[in-house]
Amino acid sequence: MDLYGELILDHSKHPQHVGLREPFGAEVHHINPTCGDEVTLRVQVTDGVVTDVSYDAQGCSISIASTSVLAEETIGHPVDEALETFLAMRGMLTSKGEDAGDPEKIGDGVAFAGVSRYPARVKCALLGWTAFTDALARSGEDISVVSSTAASRT
Amino acid sequence: MTAFTEDELARIRADFPVLSRTVRDGRPLVYLDSGATAQKPWCVLEAEQEYYSTRNAAVHRGAHQLAEEATEAFEGARATVARFIGAGPDEVVFTKNGTEAINLVAYAMSNAGAPGAIDGADPAVAERLQLGPGDEIVVTEMEHHANLVPWQELARRTGATLRWIGVTDDGRLEDPATVVGERTKVLAFTQVSNVLGTLNDVAPLVAAARAVGALTLVDACQSVPHLPVDVTALGVDFLAFTGHKVIGPSGIGVLWGRPELLAAMPPFITGGSMIELVHMERSTYAPPPQRFEAGVPMAAQAVGLQSAIDYLTELGMDRVHQHDTQLSAYCLEQLAERPWVRVIGPTDPAHRVGAVSFTVEGIHPHDVGQVLDDRGIAVRTGHHCAWPLHRRLGLPATTRASFSVYTTRADIDAFVTALDTVPGVFGLSA
Repeated sequence: MDLYGELILDHSKHPQHVGLREPFGAEVHHINPTCGDEVTLRVQVTDGVVTDVSYDAQGCSISIASTSVLAEETIGHPVDEALETFLAMRGMLTSKGEDAGDPEKIGDGVAFAGVSRYPARVKCALLGWTAFTDALARSGEDISVVSSTAASRT
Repeated sequence: MTAFTEDELARIRADFPVLSRTVRDGRPLVYLDSGATAQKPWCVLEAEQEYYSTRNAAVHRGAHQLAEEATEAFEGARATVARFIGAGPDEVVFTKNGTEAINLVAYAMSNAGAPGAIDGADPAVAERLQLGPGDEIVVTEMEHHANLVPWQELARRTGATLRWIGVTDDGRLEDPATVVGERTKVLAFTQVSNVLGTLNDVAPLVAAARAVGALTLVDACQSVPHLPVDVTALGVDFLAFTGHKVIGPSGIGVLWGRPELLAAMPPFITGGSMIELVHMERSTYAPPPQRFEAGVPMAAQAVGLQSAIDYLTELGMDRVHQHDTQLSAYCLEQLAERPWVRVIGPTDPAHRVGAVSFTVEGIHPHDVGQVLDDRGIAVRTGHHCAWPLHRRLGLPATTRASFSVYTTRADIDAFVTALDTVPGVFGLSA
């Protein structure tokens, strides 16, 4: 089926930057209580740049692949850019099929455009991303740009 | 021999309007999620409409003709429910759902410990309802959260200890004797596991509880829709089930309790309807079942549930059970031919009812469910509100196919045909 494009399957089978690493500024554990998917995620920010995102995730291919893309698209980027990427990703995922996603902004994230047509799976695709913004906040970064736009906590 | 003939099954299916719709770009709906909620026949929908369009009034209030007819309809529904489970009408309490029915008992038990809450009750009965530190509440490891969390909370409020009967690798209960003992005040267990499909043998559980004077509550949410259930034969003290899984409406559940226990129990939810005398300082309460039905009750749902029960009674619960056993057996047989599928729970269909849960090697249950959904097959994925059970089995989640009176072998054929495509989607071989 078209939901499971090659990019999603690749990322779910070979998650990028997987594993929990040090150093890290904050670690969070997020769960999706309706299905039991879990992610433990760490972020390290140095001089306003996301220098590492490491994680241990258990879940469906959508949530694993999405967390993999998250790591790929945010490591090495300034925090404000990473938050922009989050906003673009969330905007696409919650668009009910209206927003096909901008590859300039979210890279491989565009592979998840199909998820927005399945409301029950949006939470799967957002699990790692909401964990990421939570971890940024806990490591002292200002995430008001995402929390003021729409409720993002699962 | 089949429980229902092809013709009968076709007629049954024609009674359930939703079954004729299509999903996901014109595919016929194959509904295998009746364990979550069952579909409703026309007669249930019509009964609710008939009630609202001809007899709607606030039950147990008002002196006008409509109020009389509404009250009669509501109490008539109660009598039907009571007959269906072999009980007396005054022993049946209508609740919002099965969860509320269980909470009603758990809260009545903690309320029974408050000063003055059960003054005047038979002391021997009152003593059974009260618990505190040193007392034990026993559940099982296969419970739905609805028959676990209320007991955790009761333990927290009273200082009692929560214990549980374990589950074997093949999804059966371990020996209750190792857990139920002199300190046990209440034993709550499910008759049928919503995940494993296990049909528990109630007799040894009741015997173990009785031997120590403990109360028993059976969660019958997954048994009442599938097999004949008689409270006297079960020998339990309380039984809870929900309307929407018995092809009835949502918004109504049932608690049955032994009359001497209900009579001694303090209320759970308080307000209008459930009182005897009200003063500014204090109130006294109506006898059961009204004591446990505060507020204007759900009369339309009661009438709908009555219609659902009449429908099932007409089919015959023995035949409904037989139909279900045949579906379970056929589904198990089909899945057994697929070595990449691992079924959880008993392998003998005689020990099962209503549902078959499984995992597919190397593929997360959500992804399995998603591919099935794309082909019009509705199944449940996740932990099915039985997270501790999944943890016990070492599984994060499972996929579940569950049945009802309208489920056919063709539904199971469509399901396994779609299931065969799942490994390929994820680049694995079937």
